[in-house]
This record gives sequence, C-alpha cells and structure tokens, in this order.
Amino acid sequence: MRMPEPDRDVLARRAQIAEDLRRIVPGEGVIVDADERRPYESDGLTAYRQSPLVVVLPSTTEQVSQVLRYCHENGVKVVPRGSGTSLSGGALPLADGVLLGLGKFNRILEIDFENRCVVAQPGVTNLGITNAVQHEGFYYAPDPSSQIACSIGGNVAENSGGVHCLKYGLTTNNLLGLEMVLVTGEVIRLGGKHLDAEGYDLLGLMTGSEGLLGVVTEVTVRILKKPETARALLLGFPTNESAGDCVAAIIAAGIIPGGMEMMDRPAIHAAEAFVHAGYPLDVEGLLIVELDGPQVEVDHLIERVEAIADAHGAVAKQVSQSEEERQKFWAGRKAAFPAVGRISPDYYCMDGTIPRSQLPLVLKRMGEMSAHYGLGVANVFHAGDGNLHPLILYDANKPDELEKAEAFGADILKLCVAVGGVLTGEHGVGVEKRDLMHEMFDEIDLKQQQRIKCAFDAGGLLNPGKMFPQLHRCAELGRLHVHHGQLPFPDLPRF
Amino acid sequence: MTTVLRPETPAQVAEAVAWAAADEAPLELVGAATKRGLGRPVQAGHTLDLSALYGITLYEPEELVLSAGAGTPLAEIETALAGKQQQLAFEPPDLGPLFGAPAGKGTIGGALACNLSGPRRIKAGGARDHFLGFKAVSGRGEAFKAGSRVVKNVTGYDLCKLLAGSYGTLVALTDVTIKVLPAPEKTRTLLLVGLADAVAVRAMSRALQSSHEVSGAAHLPAALAAALPVELVARAGDAVTAIRVEGPGPSVEFRCAALRRELADLGAATEELHSHNSALFWRGLRDVAPFVADRQTAVWRLSVPPMAGAQVVTTLVAALDVLGKSQYFYDWGGGLIWFALPATADAAAETVRGAIAACGGHATLVRAPDETRVAVPVFQPQPEPLALLSRRVKESFDPRRILNPGRLSAAI
Ligand SMILES: Cc1cc2nc3c(=O)[nH]c(=O)nc-3n(C[C@H](O)[C@H](O)[C@H](O)COP(=O)(O)OP(=O)(O)OC[C@H]3O[C@@H](n4cnc5c(N)ncnc54)[C@H](O)[C@@H]3O)c2cc1C
Repeated sequence: MRMPEPDRDVLARRAQIAEDLRRIVPGEGVIVDADERRPYESDGLTAYRQSPLVVVLPSTTEQVSQVLRYCHENGVKVVPRGSGTSLSGGALPLADGVLLGLGKFNRILEIDFENRCVVAQPGVTNLGITNAVQHEGFYYAPDPSSQIACSIGGNVAENSGGVHCLKYGLTTNNLLGLEMVLVTGEVIRLGGKHLDAEGYDLLGLMTGSEGLLGVVTEVTVRILKKPETARALLLGFPTNESAGDCVAAIIAAGIIPGGMEMMDRPAIHAAEAFVHAGYPLDVEGLLIVELDGPQVEVDHLIERVEAIADAHGAVAKQVSQSEEERQKFWAGRKAAFPAVGRISPDYYCMDGTIPRSQLPLVLKRMGEMSAHYGLGVANVFHAGDGNLHPLILYDANKPDELEKAEAFGADILKLCVAVGGVLTGEHGVGVEKRDLMHEMFDEIDLKQQQRIKCAFDAGGLLNPGKMFPQLHRCAELGRLHVHHGQLPFPDLPRF
Repeated sequence: MTTVLRPETPAQVAEAVAWAAADEAPLELVGAATKRGLGRPVQAGHTLDLSALYGITLYEPEELVLSAGAGTPLAEIETALAGKQQQLAFEPPDLGPLFGAPAGKGTIGGALACNLSGPRRIKAGGARDHFLGFKAVSGRGEAFKAGSRVVKNVTGYDLCKLLAGSYGTLVALTDVTIKVLPAPEKTRTLLLVGLADAVAVRAMSRALQSSHEVSGAAHLPAALAAALPVELVARAGDAVTAIRVEGPGPSVEFRCAALRRELADLGAATEELHSHNSALFWRGLRDVAPFVADRQTAVWRLSVPPMAGAQVVTTLVAALDVLGKSQYFYDWGGGLIWFALPATADAAAETVRGAIAACGGHATLVRAPDETRVAVPVFQPQPEPLALLSRRVKESFDPRRILNPGRLSAAI
C-alpha cells in the first residue's frame, strides 16, 4: 500500500512543530519521543504501521480548533484518531502528519431521558453511552463488536454498525447532532436534539466520512428503551442455500428480527471448539435469529420463524428458554473472531456486502478461491442485511502469505461488487480498500466525491491517502469544460 | 416565457444540463411540480421536467429494495409495495393539496429531494434514512452515481444523505434506490382526550420513553381535532393526543393496553382507533390536512427538541396574538410543530425564529405567497462558517448555479 510521499520539509520541522503545538496543548498532551509514539503506530489493521510526526492529545474544542488552525496555516497534515480500532487503516498515521488523538474527550456531557438523547464527547466508548443510561433501562442501539473499546467519534467517522442494525439502524440513523471543527479551525454545529438537518444534511455526510472532512468534538445520539424481552433461535441447515433461503423467507413474511446472523461450517467449528455454545457440528450453515419486544410478540414471532425454518429444511433447532440460554447462543458468534484466531496464527477480516440472494454463489466462489490461494476462510455474516465478514486464515511468518491473503481478500471484494454489492458494509475504505474504489466507481463518480472533500478541506490536509485511490488538486477538479451548443434534443416535447 | 425540457433518458438529462451549464441558463427542476410552492421561488428561464424518467426498474421484496426512475409517482410505488404487504416506512407526505395541487401526484424523486417524512419519522427514520443509492446529473452536466442497492454500505461518502433535502440544488436525480419495509399487520392508536399542550407533550414523551415502540405521537388542540375526518376524533369535542403502535396483532393489542394503563394517572378519557381509522387519522396529519382548506394562512414547520414543543407554541401564540387567530398541532412527540398564522408580508419570520432560538431547532416557511418567500428566508438561516461551507458544497456540484438557483437561500 503506497502512502503519499512524506514532505521532507515538514519532517525537518518536527521539533519546531512540537514546540508550537505545546503552546496550544501544554504538558503531556504533545508526544514527540519515538518510544512514546509507538502505541499510535497502527489501528486495528495491524499489518500497516507508521510512526506519526507527533501525537497531540487535546482536551477541549478550543485546543482542537487551534491545533487545526496551526496545521492549516503551516501546511501540516492531520490524522484524527479515536480508539484506534479501525479495521481499514483509517487511523493509520502519516510520517509527516500530526496524529490528533481524541482520547481525552471522554466525558458524557448530558443525559436527557425526556428527549431521549445523550450528548457525549467523541472519545467516550460506544458501550460507555449505554452504561451511562442503562440504570433507567435505556441503551444506545448500534453495537459494533468492538463496543467496549471503540469511540463514539470513531463510530461517526466510520458509520459503524452491529448485529442489531437490521432493526435499529446504523450510526447514521441514530445520530442527532455534532459539533465539529473544520481544518481551518472553524467550529460548526450540525443538528441537535431535534430531528433532521436544516439546509444540506452535512450531519449525514459527515457520518462515514472517515476523518477526511472535519474533526468531531461532540456527539448527540438517540437512546432507546430496552425491549421488554428477547429470545433467540439457533437453526442449523444442511446447505448454505437453505439457510439463505430461510433468511429471505423470514423477511418476506414481514418479520424484521432484532438480529439475524449466519455462520458457515468452518466458523461454526472454530466457535464451538472455543466457547462450547452447543452449536450443531454436522451442518453447513447456522443461523441465530433473535426476536425482541414484548413477550407476547416475541413468543408469537418465534413460532412463526420456527415454522419457516421447518419449511426450509432446518435440521437442528433450538429456541432459547432463558436469558442465560440466549446469551449462550450468542457467545459463539460473539467470539467468532478470537475463535478463528485460535485455529490460525493470523486472520484477515473482510467486510463486503452483497444482495442476499447471491450468497450461495458467493460462498461457492469463495471456496474455489480458497483452494486457489491455499488459504482457509471462515465466514460470519450479518445475514439480515447481506454484510459478509469472511475471515481469511494465514500465517504472517510464512513468506508471501500476507500478500496472498490480501489478494484473496481483494478477489472477494471484487466478487461482492460484481454481484451487485459493495466493497465495505461497515469497516470503511481507509487505506485497505482505497485502491479498489475503481471496482465500484468510475472516474466521474470519484471526482465528484473528491470535490466535496475540496469544499471542506481544499488543501487536502485531513487524513490524506485514505479513501481515494488518486489525489487530485482541487483547482483541477473544479475546472469545468463547457461546450456551447444548441438547446438539446429539439425534437423532444416541450410546452 | 419559460421553455419546458422533458428529457426521456438519463443521457438526455445530462445533455440538457450540460447545455444549461455552458450557457449559464438556470433550470428549474420539477418532478410532478406539486411542490413548486415549497422553498424559495426559483428564477429560471427553463424548466427541466423529470417526470418522463418513469417506472419501477427493480423490486425485490425479500431483499427490501426498490429502484425506480426519479419521476415515478409515489402512488405507483406505494401500490406496488402494498401488493407485497410492504411500505415506505418514512411515510412520505402528499403535500400537493397543501399547495393547491391535486393529491397523489408527487414523485419519489421529489419526496427524496425534499427529504419529506411523516409521523413515523420518530421510529423508522426519515426519507434520508431509506435512500440507498442514485444516479444523477450534477450541475456540471456529468452523469454520476453513488450508494448502492444494499442497506449496509460505507463505500465512499454518503451522498444520499446530502441529496436528501437538497431541493434539487445539487443534482438532477435520474434513478433512485430505496429501502422498503414490511407493512405492519395491525395498527392501533390510543387517544387521550382533553390534555393541555404541556401535559400532552409530557405524556407523549413518556410513551416514547417506554419500550412499546410507539410509531406516531401527535397532539391536536380542540379546534383542529374537530376538523379531522375521523369521527372518534372529531366527536371528542376537546384536544386529542394520539399515540400509535404497529406490528403483529397480539403485540399491538398488548402494547396499546399497556400504554393506556401506564398513562392512566393523567385521568384523561381514552379511545382507540383500529387499523382503518388509524390510517385515515395519520394520513391526515401527515399531509397537514388541517391547513389545506384555508389557503390564506402562512404555514410554518418547526423542528425542535420534543420537550420544548409546548413552550415554543405558548411563546408564539402570545407574540402573534395581535395578528388574529393562529392554529397549530404537534407531531413527532412534540418535536414537530405545524403552525398556521394569518398571512402578513413577512409571515412573522423573526418572531417564529426568535421563539426557537433558545431551545435550538429550525423553522421552515412551508406555505406563503411568492413575495413573502423571497422577502424572508424560507429555511433556517445558518451561522457564517456553516453558510459558507454549504455554498462550497453547492459549488462542488453546481459551480455555475444553474440547478434551482435560489431555492434553498438567496446564495444557494
Ligand atoms: C475486534 C473488532 C471488532 C469490530 N467490530 C465491528 C463491528 O461489529 N461493526 C463495525 O462497524 N465496526 C467494527 N469494528 C471496526 C471499528 O471498531 C469501528 O470502525 C469503530 O467505529 C472505530 O472507532 P475508533 O474509535 O477505534 O476509531 P479509530 O480507529 O481511531 O478511527 C477510525 C476512523 O475515524 C476517524 N476518526 C476517529 N475519531 C474521529 C473524530 N473524533 N473526528 C473525526 N474523525 C475521527 C479516524 O481518522 C479514522 O479514519 C471492529 C474492530 C475490531 C478491532
């Protein structure tokens, strides 16, 4: 993965830059020492590492604003970072860039049950929000598996999802307001405790913008009352097709489960060996279907889902009879990544989305690719919304295996796009999928996206080298080539 | 005289816009032109009529996805969905009649471009939340695409969000893909009769804070309740607070009973609307039916923190008393206020925006004569850095300001 060539001039000014930043963020908030910079070298995509120019850890919006203004005026790049759990290298530092860590923004600012929202600083963890409101029976719905660690600011930047997003939406559907700082240091507020943006929906645009448009310094999210109860079904199928068909039939019957997850045989076996969740081992596809709501609704829907599963040839079927049993069903799925980590020295987690009907084809082709590359693959799958997480098994200590795993991963993502899906469902483009963007978008599509980047950051200082395969200068992108001519299609109806 | 261009293919749209960009000839974009009165009036020599981009091109019920030409009537989409017991969960309003246009004509492109959402917004999200992908022509005359046909997608910027509510000032949409959802098996609406506004807002907040998945929460003062086409409501003879639950039969009955029990301490008389009457009632609210008949009034739409709703209305009613009688009702649990007042030259814009300054939110002048909508900002004015950023975003799509110039603000 090639990153933009570091600016030697900036590298040479490291000491001066650190000193200037210390005037803005005094004391330990600026880190220059090489050893102390090391923990920031990578995010969740650990195959890539780069030590940043300096790390700065501001604790107020005013400091963020001054840091950005300083970097803007001095032509220094900035990479924002929350908790560093990105799986796409979104928070990968730049050798000539300031790493702007938001870890000190760790306070919940307001809990407003009556308006059903929480105002938090961006460094608060995803789970921290639920923890702050659960004494009243509330929770924050989007639940990435990394929720104990990842920050709400990072969730906004990546538009993160989780197993409950099928019913309750992604980050973008649960976000009400933001305070953010532009690269020029200007502070703007979007939304608030009310619904819908005024003017252009920049709140929606910011969500999933991967730190390229601004630095989030405050977040207002919607909270929900916990459903009265939840029960889960564990369903085993002899083929992936029948499991996939069952998912389609549940949705076609008008049922949107709280969660609907699928695992393939290798994932089932790895998870079962690790946590002993009681998964059937002689099946090709395993579904966990969770229904939540009032007891009467859950019991009613469980019956209907059972009938659908029977009609689609489920060969194993368990229905949770207690909260403990429900948790046990989930334990295997939740531990799927570390479970795969036990059977292989390393694994590489992919994140494409496909139209669900394409699942059998995609799994079959993935099997062929697995044979071609000589690397195993285990699949966990947000079945309800078609988001695949193939885990490619490899050994980084063997020569070429990382490259092979990456090539395998790229082939999977190309296949996702070819069948009508997308490169990434929730992990972001980052550096990881940057060079695959052409699979989905043509040059005009990408240039339009980059023009938006120019509207926010004309100098390209915020998180450059991420998301876009090619960097264009804003002046060049803005140029409009016009061809004067006649009023078009004179033969068309006009009135 | 304005010329109407009615391209029949996306390529012709691109051709028309490229021509307009070259000649710096502003275009007014319309679908079925039902919402011409919404937004700041556009000054354009030509109209780009997108209604020929018509028809559902993909509908896969079990994948919850539908694609259609931007000019496809909503009514046609809703009929197709109803055939599979599905719906547009964001409940797009039909604002045609509010502007004196016929009902049932609005297009999907128009609904998305204006980000119009109905009462279910509080539970299911708005138009923006169901907009998955599109093909469009930018003001540069370039055809491009973004998003996809799958729900979970973070590949590149989320331009669907940006286009929802852009009122045709960034692109001409040619094809759109939306998320669709199952229609509920059953609907019940709990009515609480005779609550004062502030009490009603608290009651709605309590209902929304419960785990009963309330999908509509509205409050109508007595005068407006009497005007609704639902007998139980009209007959109440008093203010009516309405709380909707939807879902499988047994669940709906359970939740409706539970809400009735949990709100019993308010001492209000209660009634229930079943599926058919619920549909009539919420459709009326969705389409702002109480304000359709009297076209002389100016209509504002305010989005505020729900708990601030009653206070905002009290302030407004007191301040606008001198103008004559104003009328209002609440949706979104108090967070959405529809407010009608006798028309004046400036539609009392400063007073209205002053009333929400303290609590935050935004006020849109939805219906007023053209002169008024030129004289005062239709959409909430933005502070300087945000206004400038919005302008740069506009320029990034439409550098020559040829698409609906002036529709969002004088500068955009
Ligand atoms: C074990 C594991 C499981 C995971 N499971 C899921 C899952 O189920 N679903 C899912 O969606 N993701 C998942 N992830 C991915 C990751 O946790 C999410 O993308 C998360 O939102 C990143 O948050 P963060 O605070 O760690 O952000 P970081 O990794 O620090 O940064 C991510 C991106 O956001 C930007 N950024 C961070 N903070 C800000 C800010 N305040 N302002 C502007 N930009 C900012 C960074 O520049 C970077 O581009 C998982 C990761 C791991 C390691």
